Amino acid sequence: MSTIIKDTPSFTNTSTFPSKEVMLDLKKLKKVYPTPKGDYVVLEDLNLQIRKEEFVTIIGHSGCGKTTMLSMIAGLNEISGGSISVLGKNIKGPGPDRGVIFQAPSLMPWMTALQNVLLGVNQVFPHATKGQRNDIAKYYLQKVGLEDAFHKRASELSQGMQQRVGIARAFAIKPKVLLLDEPFGMLDSLTRGELQDILIEIWNKEKITAVMITHDVDEAIFLADRVVMMTSGPKAKIGDILDIDFKRPRTRKSVLEHDDYYTYRKHLIDFLEH
Amino acid sequence: MKQSITLGKVTKFMGLGFLSTFKDLFTGKLGKEDYISFLRKVFVPLASILLFIGLWHMGAKSLYNTEAEFKIEKALTDQGPEAAEALRACIASGESSCQPNTLPSPAQVWGSYKSLLRDHNIISADKAAFAEKTAALNEKRIAAGKEAITYTGRPSFVDQIFRSLKTVFAGFLLALLIAVPLGIFIGLSPTLKSAFNWFIQIFKPVSPVVWYLLVFMIVKTLLIDSNEDSSFTISFISVGLCSMWATLVNTAMGVSSVDKDYINVAKVLKLGPFQKIFKVVLPSSLPLIFTGLKITLSVAWMVLIAIELLAQSPGLGLFVWEEFQNGANDSNAKIIVAMFVIGIIGFLLDRLMLTIQNAVSFDKTDAI
Repeated sequence: MSTIIKDTPSFTNTSTFPSKEVMLDLKKLKKVYPTPKGDYVVLEDLNLQIRKEEFVTIIGHSGCGKTTMLSMIAGLNEISGGSISVLGKNIKGPGPDRGVIFQAPSLMPWMTALQNVLLGVNQVFPHATKGQRNDIAKYYLQKVGLEDAFHKRASELSQGMQQRVGIARAFAIKPKVLLLDEPFGMLDSLTRGELQDILIEIWNKEKITAVMITHDVDEAIFLADRVVMMTSGPKAKIGDILDIDFKRPRTRKSVLEHDDYYTYRKHLIDFLEH
Repeated sequence: MKQSITLGKVTKFMGLGFLSTFKDLFTGKLGKEDYISFLRKVFVPLASILLFIGLWHMGAKSLYNTEAEFKIEKALTDQGPEAAEALRACIASGESSCQPNTLPSPAQVWGSYKSLLRDHNIISADKAAFAEKTAALNEKRIAAGKEAITYTGRPSFVDQIFRSLKTVFAGFLLALLIAVPLGIFIGLSPTLKSAFNWFIQIFKPVSPVVWYLLVFMIVKTLLIDSNEDSSFTISFISVGLCSMWATLVNTAMGVSSVDKDYINVAKVLKLGPFQKIFKVVLPSSLPLIFTGLKITLSVAWMVLIAIELLAQSPGLGLFVWEEFQNGANDSNAKIIVAMFVIGIIGFLLDRLMLTIQNAVSFDKTDAI
């Protein structure tokens, strides 16, 4: 499986949206890791605009820099060049306007499910009363189906349940952008399906602009409005963007039965295999 | 949702899991595998204890004979055959004045243990009588604004144990109050870490004796005007300074090696420094902090003996030293009694820390 980046027509994807519609704007983004043998360029000249209330999935080969890009958007990784802006304002470090659902659930194991969600809620709604904050946290835990596990310690929950808490925690702080770094990568396929349904159900209600990394082509199509394909690194950039025109709310069944599904799927797999 | 608390759970929680095997034995709930596990957990330790006592007994006997032969030989060359014969008879008769002075046998140690307890009973009776006698007088003295008369007699062996425990806990508390906050700061800040690193590396291996001398130099001058006995102050400070290093190093390590995911969560949620320390960093480093505290407590108990001995501060250390200087016939046996008491208390202190660790820490798996 050889990757022939040089010969593929370079998709610079300069198609820009009206600035009113844009939530997240990456311009000429660059990431360089200095190594003893000279600089290693992970990302170069990466341009991507994501509109408000859009769900974008990102696929690409392992090590191509997807996670690097996402953690730069989250503010957890320094930007070497170019800019990232949310609603026109350049980001400075991490902040609760960009919620993150990590690959590992990353819950504090010594806290209960409720306390984990409250950790963020308390931070974002400091002026709300204790009761109101509790209600917010409980509402989102109910949404992810954990109404019986409010007071269970995170260390007592299964991996899938922990990731549900992770989802609740991210939505509960009402971020402008939701960043998901392969959140279901560590789960078995049954649990993964369940969590995709839960995620999309909450998302349909909240419509928070979402950027999600995934390795799973079906997941990418099922969840997204657009699938962004990244070229392999080094010097990774946006290779291609695929618009998914399924109506929302979607069900797994309707998506699988749709005539375009296999066209989309073939497009993505063709990209990944060349 | 209340969990039932069973004996098995409690003993396991305290690191005394072997005790629950006894319960199974009496309730007759034993399968074949349980019998094997019972043999391993109860019979094997018992057998090894008996073997240990047997070896000790034989070793003590052989040392006794060597020492006796040497004494008789010496009497023969120095004073002639009659004196040697008299000495041989004296040793054989069990007369205490001419017994060879060497490693006491298990039986002698047991005897000394009982005599120490008897001594304690006598002293406490004495104390009670004293308190009764002086009660009325003391009331008057206090009413008149004078100090009450206190018992100034010799402390018993049991009193010494409690004084030692007091010194150790004071020292441990001091170590905790210095090492945990300092460790947190060092772990959080790479700058402080490089500022303190040389200090830790150089002072960590310093011997308890030198710590004592250092503390003595300082405290002696600081308390120059005070008439009070500074030996307790000096000894608990020395114990604290000797033993705090394990906690300091472990706390710093625990704090600086908090799971990166947790730190990222704290960053994304923009937790303030106070919240970050108390909600994320500290809970996550508790297991390592407790490992440090456990080592600190056992080191404190270990160096206590040497320091009490140097500081002339009452306690088991001083007891051992005085018995050694005393050189009475049963002194050696008393020293061995003190040795076992020190060992057993050390073990119990360790279990105590383990119990507290299990109660407060989220990670139940790495408790040893």
